[in-house]
Amino acid sequence: MPAPSGRSAAPAANPYLVCAAAWVVPGGGHLWLGRYQKGLTLLVLLPLMFGFGLWIQGRIFPFQFADLLVGLAAIADLGIGLPYFIAKLGGAGAGNVIAITYEYGNTYVIVAGLLNMLAVLDAFDIALGRK
Amino acid sequence: MDTTSHLGLLLIFSAFVSTAFAVLARDEPREQMKFGARLFGTFVGSALLLGWLLYPLPL
Repeated sequence: MPAPSGRSAAPAANPYLVCAAAWVVPGGGHLWLGRYQKGLTLLVLLPLMFGFGLWIQGRIFPFQFADLLVGLAAIADLGIGLPYFIAKLGGAGAGNVIAITYEYGNTYVIVAGLLNMLAVLDAFDIALGRK
Repeated sequence: MDTTSHLGLLLIFSAFVSTAFAVLARDEPREQMKFGARLFGTFVGSALLLGWLLYPLPL
């Protein structure tokens, strides 16, 4: 039976390295494992969502656990991987608390990171042969 | 593009999230399309429904 489209036999790979690749580059784990359709979709979609969130004045939260929700949001933001560091280096993500879209932007940025974490788990399952 | 439209931002957000979920949860492109469309409709429909249900509340 032919393999489903966008899917080929997963090469043997260390699942933890796959997770690291999937975190650093959204979709990278899937691309490594030969799931090109999923990998390319995530590679475009997640950084786009993250960037859109920043564009509409969302904020990259600081790691300040005195306010637990701020700390958790910072962890979620970091979930997007490389785009997080690019944004930080580029000075993006200051947020504009008086912008009407500030909370929306935060939601986009946070959810993009969380979705990439989900993609990391999915890549881990594929690497272990569970999917 | 008007980025201050609440409905517009809801639609874009729903499109992003439903696409990601569909791609992760289904393998076949056809299945992904169907699942993604259903998710998108559910996101938007439930947001509109909740919006109307909350409308009479004095917030």
